[in-house]
Amino acid sequence: MKIKRRSFLQLGTVATMSMAFFGLGCGKDEVAKVRDKASSFKLAWTKQTTTICPFCAVGCGLVVNTNQETKRAINVEGDPDHPINKGSLCAKGAASIQLTENPDRPSECLWRAPYSDKFEVKPWQWCKERIARLIKDSRDKSFEEKNAKGQVVNRTEGIASMGSAALDNEECWAMQTFMRSLGLVYVEHQARI
Amino acid sequence: MTNHWNDIQFSDCILIMGSNPAENHPISFKYVTMAQEKGAKVIHADPRFTRTSAKSDMYVPLRSGSDIAILGGMIKYILDNKLYFKEYMLNYTNASFLVSKDFEFNDGLFSGFDPETSTYDKSTWQFQTDENGVPQKDPSLKDPQCVFQIMKKHFARYTPDKICRIAGMEKSDLLDMYKLYTATGRPDKSGTIMYAMGWTQHSVGVQNIRTMAMIQLLLGNIGVAGGGVNALRGEANVQGSTDHCLLYHILPGYLKTPKAAQQSLAEYNKAYTPVSNDPESANWWSNYPKYSASLLKAMWMNDDPKDSYNWLPKLENGNASQYSWLPMIDRMYQGKFSGAFTWGMNPACSGSDSKKVREGLGKLDWMVNCNLFLNETGNFWEGPGMDPKKVKTETFFLPCASPIEKEGSISNSGRWMQWRYAGPEPLNGVLSDGHYFSELMEEVKRLYKEEGGAFPAPVERVTFDAMYGEHHEFDAKQTARLINGWFTRDCEVKGKKFKKGQQVPSFAYLQDDGSTCSGNWLYCNSVTDEGNKAMRRDASMTPEQEKAQLYPNWSWCWPVNRRVLYNRASVDVNGKPWAPEKPIIAWDASSKKWVGDVPDGGWAPGTRHPFIMRKHGFGQLFGPGRADGPLPEYYEPLECPVESHPFSGQLHNPTAIHFKSEKKSVCDPRYPFIASTYRLTEHWQTGSMTRWEPWLVETEPQMFVEISHELARLRGFENGEKVCIESPRGKLWAIAMVTERFKPFTVQGQTLHQVGMPWHYGWIAPKNGGDSANLVTPNVGDPNTGIPEYKAFMVNVRKWTKEDEA
Repeated sequence: MKIKRRSFLQLGTVATMSMAFFGLGCGKDEVAKVRDKASSFKLAWTKQTTTICPFCAVGCGLVVNTNQETKRAINVEGDPDHPINKGSLCAKGAASIQLTENPDRPSECLWRAPYSDKFEVKPWQWCKERIARLIKDSRDKSFEEKNAKGQVVNRTEGIASMGSAALDNEECWAMQTFMRSLGLVYVEHQARI
Repeated sequence: MTNHWNDIQFSDCILIMGSNPAENHPISFKYVTMAQEKGAKVIHADPRFTRTSAKSDMYVPLRSGSDIAILGGMIKYILDNKLYFKEYMLNYTNASFLVSKDFEFNDGLFSGFDPETSTYDKSTWQFQTDENGVPQKDPSLKDPQCVFQIMKKHFARYTPDKICRIAGMEKSDLLDMYKLYTATGRPDKSGTIMYAMGWTQHSVGVQNIRTMAMIQLLLGNIGVAGGGVNALRGEANVQGSTDHCLLYHILPGYLKTPKAAQQSLAEYNKAYTPVSNDPESANWWSNYPKYSASLLKAMWMNDDPKDSYNWLPKLENGNASQYSWLPMIDRMYQGKFSGAFTWGMNPACSGSDSKKVREGLGKLDWMVNCNLFLNETGNFWEGPGMDPKKVKTETFFLPCASPIEKEGSISNSGRWMQWRYAGPEPLNGVLSDGHYFSELMEEVKRLYKEEGGAFPAPVERVTFDAMYGEHHEFDAKQTARLINGWFTRDCEVKGKKFKKGQQVPSFAYLQDDGSTCSGNWLYCNSVTDEGNKAMRRDASMTPEQEKAQLYPNWSWCWPVNRRVLYNRASVDVNGKPWAPEKPIIAWDASSKKWVGDVPDGGWAPGTRHPFIMRKHGFGQLFGPGRADGPLPEYYEPLECPVESHPFSGQLHNPTAIHFKSEKKSVCDPRYPFIASTYRLTEHWQTGSMTRWEPWLVETEPQMFVEISHELARLRGFENGEKVCIESPRGKLWAIAMVTERFKPFTVQGQTLHQVGMPWHYGWIAPKNGGDSANLVTPNVGDPNTGIPEYKAFMVNVRKWTKEDEA
């Protein structure tokens, strides 16, 4: 199994050097634009975005700084303007950059053949065609237009869907539309358990 | 949550029961502390002394699973001592409603029980009605059939002595707790409840919460600042994923999944559209047909909802015992699914009886696992006890974009829909979940178009492209527009003219004829022609809003930006706040307008009953809709250390979900200890995200079990030694943490020990971190929701031996 690894330490060195370089000269322009506490934290050479913590549902605000050159996050911290957390975070929120910038994070699709003892790297296009084929075969095989009483039910009980409270709202809606247009009735996720 | 996080600061008494917010929702505790600093009292009732207990004014230890005894006793205490808020109870709850004369309750069973099917026929749980179908009432509350009298009789059995004997607690603790909390029955005081999975994950989970909701209604604590019934939700978007209904029984906006008997849209709408002939009942669900038609239109934009209704899959029945998580896993275990998606989820560690889940995954032909990191579900075929060469399941792992690499909204526990922007680019171009769904949908569509197949219409006609942006790919902003909905043709609604393509301003404008689409009526008003309100970052407030800390211009909250639900119950029939010092809304008689929060309907005060989502408009002390009874009743967990309890001869919830063939430990000497699972500050859920984060793993590196000094002495355990936890389902190792935080309970004269375990670990990472606590949890659950009973079950704890290593 091959997982692409990045050296976070190396990025850290670059970041420190960049900060030393830009630190004095470019700072002034940014100070002039300060509207709120969050933007006062912005480093000249980063893109600054706001987000919401991905762990519990308190919904704390986070500020993310991204290196414009590498497009990688270099810092995630509490959003001082957010009315709920007002800048503070718990241990998980404070560590949340490691969800994204992590050498153990896989970035390639993996496939395991039946009875194989390993995953193989496969392109997404290949996986997509294969998964769509499997969905169609399962659906075609198990689709019920009518139940035992002769009522129209148009469903498949051959496929189950589990997940996910980790998706954004828009993705949840896409997921439910995907599953229900296929006719799935076994649709469940974390909220149940 | 009926209220929201900032609102907790207004409470006069905060009951924390079934949760541990100081550790599991740490930032919420900011508001608990603020309330405390203003003089509020904080009570923590929990089997284990946690950091929440340490910060509370009162800690009440109780045996896991005994909540309904304690809360039922509080109802009796309120009724006996007349501590209810009478005006609120009389005007806003169904206390005065007359219940059918055929309703009965005998020895732990309500009328209508069928022992063959273990279900209730609820026909005797109805109200007596007049010729218009409006419930008959007795405002004097003296009629023996009125809810108030029935409640009084029902809870008369819940005496402090009996409660303490079964819960293993001190009578003085119990009475102090009752006294402190029920003081919030005064009109100008409010009490709140902060609960989480410590209440839901029981075979009586729903009734745990209902009992508390009844207490809140009796004390007039719903709809007010610092009050409400507040579920501390665990996953960042579990509120949103529930609102969008990734659950078998509901469709987006809590519409019902159709059943086989409802063969047309008209029949379906008729079944779920309540009718009230009381002119003072807003009966909001009377709008149901508008919401169902708009949802169908959002899914199949080019078809008439009457036709596309036919394409929605139909359930045989609505039973959790057939379709919810536990029966679904059982079905997988029996090899009845050929394929499965495990998306952003790790059921090999989060499902109860994880061994059964893991074996079940091996009965599939194929499985797609999408996640940020490798996890025990995607890699189940090489897990402990598995021989990959014998596992057929064709398995895919799809890596996804992280939450800061994509944009979209999530909804917090207080129903705030908050936008997240993309910071870094997706790592090496990985896709977001939304992109995966849209690309898979298009590919499946292509196959059906080219080859035909089983009933292709719903697949071929589904308008996924309504979610796409200008580059013909999934687009969160566009999907948010669709979830809100737009007009599909020019039309006039309520005297206002709208053009085709214009956003629907709020759900009050949705139509039942296909002229509007809306992916989720509850989110209608979130993305209007004014823009995407989830993106708002404006902290400004009017003086009234500031007083209640509502932040109406920061993000957006459902429904229609109403920050406190049922807020019409926070004022009297003249619109005057019960608590003038902390009003949520108030009627301004001069301008004839409400000020403060968005009211639960803009009607003048006193003209509508406040609980507008209920058919009759009243808070339901008597709740005839539940699977296990219209009133809460005490039952032991399905695995328990006692043969009887003092309230009835019915030991367990007779309607609970379970599998007859699977053993349960009831007073089984092989499994003598009560166990519960819980969460830590430093890890999250199965740990599938946090176990890969070095900072967090360093702080909590491996599986442990908390054991009292008394139990350690009894079994000869040393602090830090490796022990084995076992149940009829399986076993796992854990490091013994011998602690003062657990104390033995004396229950019916017997000394009982409880142990507790986090469930964040799994075999894949970190090395030597241990495995999931769910290897020992049982497949039993609540009859209404199907949630497994992770919080009270029986185990043995013994030394880990060389034989165990094998």
